[in-house]
Order: sequence, then structure tokens, then C-alpha cells
Amino acid sequence: MTQQGVRWTADQVLALAPDAASRKAGSKLGAAGPWSEAGSSEEGTVWGLCKGSGSKPYQTVIDLADAAGPAYKCSCPSRKFPCKHALGLLLLWAGGEGAVPPGPAPDWAGQWIEGRRQRAQEKRTAEPAGSAAGAGDPEGARRRAERRAVRITAGATELEQRLADLLRGGLAGAEQAGYGLWEETAARMVDAQAPGLASRVRELGAIPSSGPGWPVRLLEECALIHLLDQGWLRRERLPDGLASTVRSRIGLPASADGPPLRDRWLVLAQYDTADARLTTRRIWLHGTDSGRTALLLSYGAAGRAPELALPVGLELEAEVSAYPGKGQLRAALGEQFAPPAPSATRPPGVSTDQAAARYGEALRDDPWLDSVPVTLDRVIPAPDGDSWQLADADGDSALPLTPTARSRPGLWRLVALSGGAPVKVFGECGHRGFTPLTAWPEGTGEAVQLC
Amino acid sequence: MNKTSAPDVWEELVTSALLGTARRTPPGVVPGSDAPTALLDAAAVETVRRRAGLRPTRAAERPQPAPQDSRPALPAAASRRLSMLLADRPGTGSSGRRGTAPDLMELLPQWLSAANAHGYAAPPHLVPALLDAARGRTDLRPAALAFAGPRATWLARLNPDWRFALRATPGGGTALPPPQDTAAVRQLWEEGLFAERVALLATIRAREAAAARELLATTWATERAEDRLMFLDSLRTGLSADDEPFLEQALADRSRNVRATAAELLSALPGSALAARMAVRAGACVAVDRTHATPTIVIEAPHECDPGMERDGVVAKAPSGRGERSWWFGQLVEAAPLSGWPDRLGGRTPEEIVALPVADDWRDELHAAWCRAAVRQRDARWARALLGVPAAPEAGGPGAVSLAERAKLLGTLGAEERAEWVAGFIATHGLSEAFQLLGVCTVPWAAPLGRAVVDALNIARDAGSYPWSFSGVMGLAERCLDPGEAGRLEGLMAVPDEREDASPGAGGYWAEAFQRLVTTLRLRGAMAEELKGEPKG
Repeated sequence: MTQQGVRWTADQVLALAPDAASRKAGSKLGAAGPWSEAGSSEEGTVWGLCKGSGSKPYQTVIDLADAAGPAYKCSCPSRKFPCKHALGLLLLWAGGEGAVPPGPAPDWAGQWIEGRRQRAQEKRTAEPAGSAAGAGDPEGARRRAERRAVRITAGATELEQRLADLLRGGLAGAEQAGYGLWEETAARMVDAQAPGLASRVRELGAIPSSGPGWPVRLLEECALIHLLDQGWLRRERLPDGLASTVRSRIGLPASADGPPLRDRWLVLAQYDTADARLTTRRIWLHGTDSGRTALLLSYGAAGRAPELALPVGLELEAEVSAYPGKGQLRAALGEQFAPPAPSATRPPGVSTDQAAARYGEALRDDPWLDSVPVTLDRVIPAPDGDSWQLADADGDSALPLTPTARSRPGLWRLVALSGGAPVKVFGECGHRGFTPLTAWPEGTGEAVQLC
Repeated sequence: MNKTSAPDVWEELVTSALLGTARRTPPGVVPGSDAPTALLDAAAVETVRRRAGLRPTRAAERPQPAPQDSRPALPAAASRRLSMLLADRPGTGSSGRRGTAPDLMELLPQWLSAANAHGYAAPPHLVPALLDAARGRTDLRPAALAFAGPRATWLARLNPDWRFALRATPGGGTALPPPQDTAAVRQLWEEGLFAERVALLATIRAREAAAARELLATTWATERAEDRLMFLDSLRTGLSADDEPFLEQALADRSRNVRATAAELLSALPGSALAARMAVRAGACVAVDRTHATPTIVIEAPHECDPGMERDGVVAKAPSGRGERSWWFGQLVEAAPLSGWPDRLGGRTPEEIVALPVADDWRDELHAAWCRAAVRQRDARWARALLGVPAAPEAGGPGAVSLAERAKLLGTLGAEERAEWVAGFIATHGLSEAFQLLGVCTVPWAAPLGRAVVDALNIARDAGSYPWSFSGVMGLAERCLDPGEAGRLEGLMAVPDEREDASPGAGGYWAEAFQRLVTTLRLRGAMAEELKGEPKG
């Protein structure tokens, strides 16, 4: 596969930027001015010299052919990754043929690429041996897992007790108790090595101040924690699939050991959420042959972008392996057979009724699920009081938008794209409403990111 | 979404949970130490049941579909460029120094005008960003709204942040009645909001000047003074001798501002009765005295401002610090038709008249008034005479004609002549005074002008000063130089060897400034190419 036909779009390049400042700085460098000796190769390598403030230009080289997403190297001192020079060079390359002509790589770029290819080759041949070594001490691993299960059981039992105390005294008291109570309980769950329980407990603290209807939401969340506790305490009696779901909800590590599924995966959405410690990136994939939906998660330290970046609208032929748990969509990206390339494919869609039903069905396998990924076909964004909804173009039903979706600029991009006409929208549909993530206009037209 | 479980069961659970099982147990739960757990069990079942049973709500009223935009779609590359220009919002950058990177936001205005010239439709999903940009920068609004098209007004009705788009669009986005539909025009004129009426009058005036005047005359007597002023101002478009009777009548208006505007409009009509009256008054003040060795203009300023003068728009009260007589004199000359002076002053051409000496320090006053008259009457011949030769020594100094007046005079000349004059000016006087003059030149700059600017920048660099002394002209050059000039500038991008008398480090900064200039020109060239559309699609 040659790279000439599959230049990325500027949007897709900019989606690689670790933050807004880099995006801005990169887009300024995406013009021919500061660049010299730029070029690209058939194998998906782009290089160039960028004139910076110093006397010596920075050497920037990017490898797009790698299975795990683009790799970058730049001689600049920036600690951002990718740096603005890499982004600028990619933009230049995305912008057209003239600025980055095909040709042989100069030595400094060639060496790096050669080294990468060699390491990748070594890794591939070494892998089978490596995985065997990983399972070196099965007896020790089993003992560690048992010790952890005992701790979690103690934590879950303690949490049950605290919930019972809360319900005995009444939720009204929780309004006064504030965050402190929940933070302390969450810390106990961290000690119990149950991070899933800890984060759920921490979120309880914010509910009493979340506006009207908070007692309902607090009771719902308490009940679901109770359900998870009980699920853990009786996990032996649960069917296998549900037991795995409980284990992953509790926060036990799992590996993506499902059978690898090879498909042409279309990137439907990519978005980051950040808390004080961690940036979480979610990438939704749609298998164009299998019709499956998969979620890739990757993490970065707070304020830094996770490394895996797959811009919306690209399609990649690859294997993904599911994580355990019935109905779980989380998967890991395995071997890639071709670099990601832009695609005009769109996922098939359903009506709002079917979308709501799909969430209901998914709760059978995972009652703790907040939302499911759905593509809605032919919906019209319509104002509904203070909020918005997505109304079926050919029916009488509508899904309200979630409160978070209402306040995002993406809402207006969606409304503008529709202009009162039906659009196709991919998003997450759950009990809080629908969160649109990507939209396609009627007829032809590229996917528009809404998140 | 609609929750479909039995509401009373859930309500009971919530109430008990809120009060605590110690005080109240929901039906079906045995009071006692296990009551909280039983309540949580029941609540868990209900929560999952409620969520699983969620149904979509009933659809609200859908918005009216936006009107079709029949313009051709923007080429894909141009669309990406626009999203980049729009992403470069002011205030998002952290560093104040600009380095070698182009200032994208500054390129948005010309991108928009080029896209409008091509007649492309805006990509719908970028319209919100366009509206946000236009919201922050009023100078962008006309071009941004024209480009954003009907989708912008459609969106503005849904988002109060963008209300300005409705105000800026004629008739608040509702279509104006066609001018042939006289009944509808009359109705909107008599019942419409002020903004709608202004828009209606402007639209009709642009198409059929007389019809607009007649429409205005129907309600003139009943309009409020500030509205009369606005309406009268819209007659500036397509002003002709036919408007004279109406304007003449407005000279008797109750409002002083209306009278002044009417007089100003009349004086722009050299054939009007007011202009003739002014010509007589002004002519009485100016004469050529042949008793001197060289003929000299002598001035006898008016001794009083009589009611006739006041009625013709002369403001009687002079601003503080100015002599009354010279104030009146200036107004008379400004409003008198320039075409009358050659006859009055011995058959001389404007050039000869301007060259005549003026007695008793009246020269500045007289020439300034002639400048204002040339601008008001758009008289290129007089403007040329008053501008003089660009290379003349006094052209660069604080002579009779200020730079601001010169810029206005240049506006009456054709684009090519304007560029040539400014090029000549820069070649002689350098860049320090040229900023204002460059601002009135057509973009992209004509070749001689562009070359003059680049040469002058080069001279400034060799003179050893820092580039930021010229940042205004540099910025203009980035936006206005013909992108085709980029190739000729390449030699300037290198860092020159530092000379002893130069400011320390200036060479590096100049190289950086020229790099930015070249980068920006290349970017503008690429922008123009993208807007032409890619041949391969």
C-alpha cells in the first residue's frame, strides 16, 4: 500500500496534538516557510528540517506505517509528544503533494527508521518467548490473587456496613456530611485494592450538591454499589460472564485474552476525559465487516495526552481482542495489517426506539452500564425547552441530550450541520440521555467530530 | 427519558431512604436491623428495572429547516484551511513574541473576502466558529455573515449569543419584500422596526434611487429627529441632482444635525443651488492680487455668519481655540464647488492655483479646505493637484496637507494611480510616514508599490534599526503584498553578518521578520490556490 493515496486530513493530524497549545503551534508550522528538505517515502515516512529560533534547524521525522499509531522523532527540546514540529510537518504533508515530495530519506531520518524497523522485527520474533516467561511463577501469582480477593472481600463487607448505616440514618444526613465521609471511605476501598469500588464511592460525594433530584440519584448509585458488593461476595454462584463483569467493575486487572477479531475497523470517535491524576482516552471502533463495536482505552498522566491516537474517519485493518466479561466492549488493539487510511464508510444506524432498547438489553449483561454506543440514523436536533433532543425524522420519538452534551460547543456544530435536516449521529446512549460524539450530514460529506 | 416502572414503589423507596429506615420502612420491608439492606436490595432491582425500561420521549417541535444554500461547496482543502484559521483565536497563545509563524487570525478577513468573491457556501459545521469569530470582531461581521449565508441567520435564531447576526442581516433575516411589491413595501415602511426600515430604504435606494426618496418623503414629517438623520444619511448612496429639492427642503429642518447633513449632501452636488450660493460666498473671500511681483492669493474671510449661511449648513460657533472668521471661511470653501475656482482665479488650472503663494498665512487654511472639498466632491483632478508630486520635499513633512488628508485624497484616485503615488512617496521619504497611506491602497499591492515597500524595508535593515520599529508596515506587508513576490524575498531571510554600527542582534530579528513575511505570503498563495479548487478534486 502506498502512502501517496492516503494522505490524512488536517483534522486528523490535529487530533494527534497533546493539547490546545500544541495544536495552535503546530498549525502555524504547517506552512512551507520554515521547512526545508522535506520529503516522504512510499513506506509512510515523512521528514523535514524546521527552522527554529536557533541556528541549527530541527530534524523531524515521523513514521506513519507503524501498527501502534504514528511514531515521532524530533531534535527539538520540547517534552510535548508529538511536538509542534511533528504536527506542523504532518500538516504540511496533509496539505498537499508539492511541499513534501516523495524521495529517498536523508541519512539522519533513514537511520532512525531503520532502527525502528529492526527493533520491531526483533520484538516480533522475541514475543512468543516473552509471553512464556511472563507466566513464570503461576503458583506465586495465584497466592497473590487470593490475598487480594480476601482484602476486597473485607472491603466490600465494610462498604456494605457503611451503606446500611447511611440508609438507616437517612440520605438527608448525607447532604451535611459532605465530601469528607466519602473520601475517607474511598481511601478504605483503595486500601482494600478495589479501585472500581473506590471511584464509585468517590463519585457519591458530588451527588448531594448536584442539583434537584439528588436523593434519587444518590439512592440509585448506592443501590448499584450495593449490587456490586453483593455480586463480589457471591461471585462463586454467578454465571461466568457476569462474574467476569463483576471482577472488572471491582477493578481487578484483566488481560484482553479474547480471540483476536480481524476486521476493517472504522474510527467512530476519540475523546479524552481527565481527572486530577489521569487522562483517559476512549476510542470507539466499528468493524465494517463484523458489525461489532469495540472500545479502546488508553491512559496518560494528568495533563498529557495518551499515546494511542486514531483520528476519526480513518479505517484500519487490524485485529482486536476483547477483554473478559459478558457484553463488555472494551478491547485491545492487536496486530495492524495496514496503516490507518481515510475512509468514506459510515456505520449503519438505528432509530431512537431501537437505541433505547439496546441500552436496556445491555443492562442484562452489565447492570452497572451507564451507556452504550449507538449510531442513530436520520435524526434531527431539536430544541426542547432549555435543552436539546435528537428527534427521529420519520417518527415521533426523541432522545434527550445529556447535560454534559448540552454545554459543549459540539452541540452547535451538530445543530449547524443538520440545519433542520436529518443527520446520522454516533454517540453514547444511556440513562442520562444521549451524548453525540460524531455526525455525518445527509448525502455525502466527511464525519464531523462533536467532542 | 421516560421512566416506566411503577412510580409509587420507587417513590416509597426514595422517601424511606431519605428519612432513614430507622424512622420509616417502605412497604414490604420488615423493620429492624436488616431493613437498610432490604431497602438497598429493592432499590437496586428498581434502579436497573427503571433504566432497562427507559423509552424515548415524545419529539418536541422540530426547527424549521434552514433555507437551502445554492452556492457551490467550498473545496475540501479550503475548508480545512478555514477551520485552522478559525482555531487560531486571539488570546489562546501564551507567548507575545510572534517568531517566524504567520498570524493566522489576521488572514481571516482576506480569506473571507476571497471566498465570497468565489461565491462559495460555508461548510455548515464551521458556521458556529465563524459566528463566534464575528461576535468578537465587529470588523469581520459583514464578510463572515455573507459567507456563512442563510445557515448563520437560521442558527442565530436558536442561540442568543449570535443575535447580532439577525441585526446585521437586513430585515433580521426575514426576507424583505421585493421592491415591485409596493403594497408590502409601504406596509413594512410604515409598520416595520427601525432596523427593518433602514434596511428596506437602503435596499430600494441601491436599486431605484428616486423610489427610496419618494418613500421617505411620505413619512418624513412624522419621523423622529434621530431617525430622520439616519434615513437622510442613506441617501448618500446614489446621490444625484434629482435629490436636490428634497434636500433643499431638509435645510429648513428643526434638527440641526439633519440640516448639517442635508447641507453636506447638497454641497457634494456641484450643480445644486446651495453649491452655487456657497460658490458666491467663497468667491467673495478669495482673489488674486496682481500688484505683487508674483500673483498672490489674498483672503478676506467673512465678517459674520448670517442666517443665510447658517441655513446652508455653516456652523456659526467655532470650536475653542479657532478664530471665528477662519472657521467660517473654511466651511465656505469646503462646500463651494471646486469647478468654479479656475474661472474665479484667472483661468488657471488647479495645479497652477495650488502653486500660487497665499498672503498672510492663509495658505494652510485654504488648502485644507480645498482638500476636504476634493474628497467630498470626489474630484480626482483637484486631488491630484493638492497631493502634488510624491517626491516633493514638503510631501514628507508636516506641510499644508496632513497625512490623514492625503490618505483621503488618494481615495479619490484610481487604484493604479494611488499605488504609484504611494510607491513614489515611499521611495523618497521612507516608511516611517507611510502606514496611513498604505492603508488606502488596493490589496494585493501593485507591483511597483510592493517593490518600493520591500526596498524600503531592506534599506531600514541596512540602516541598523530594529524591525519592530516597522512592525505596522511589516504587518501590512504580510497581509497586502502580492503572494507572487515571495520568491524575490528569499534572499532577505538569511541572517546577515552583524556590522559594528548596527543594533545588537538586529540582523537575526530582521531575518525572522522576513521569514514570517515570506511564510505568510506563501500561506496566502496556498490559500488562494485552495480557493480556486483543486483540479484533481
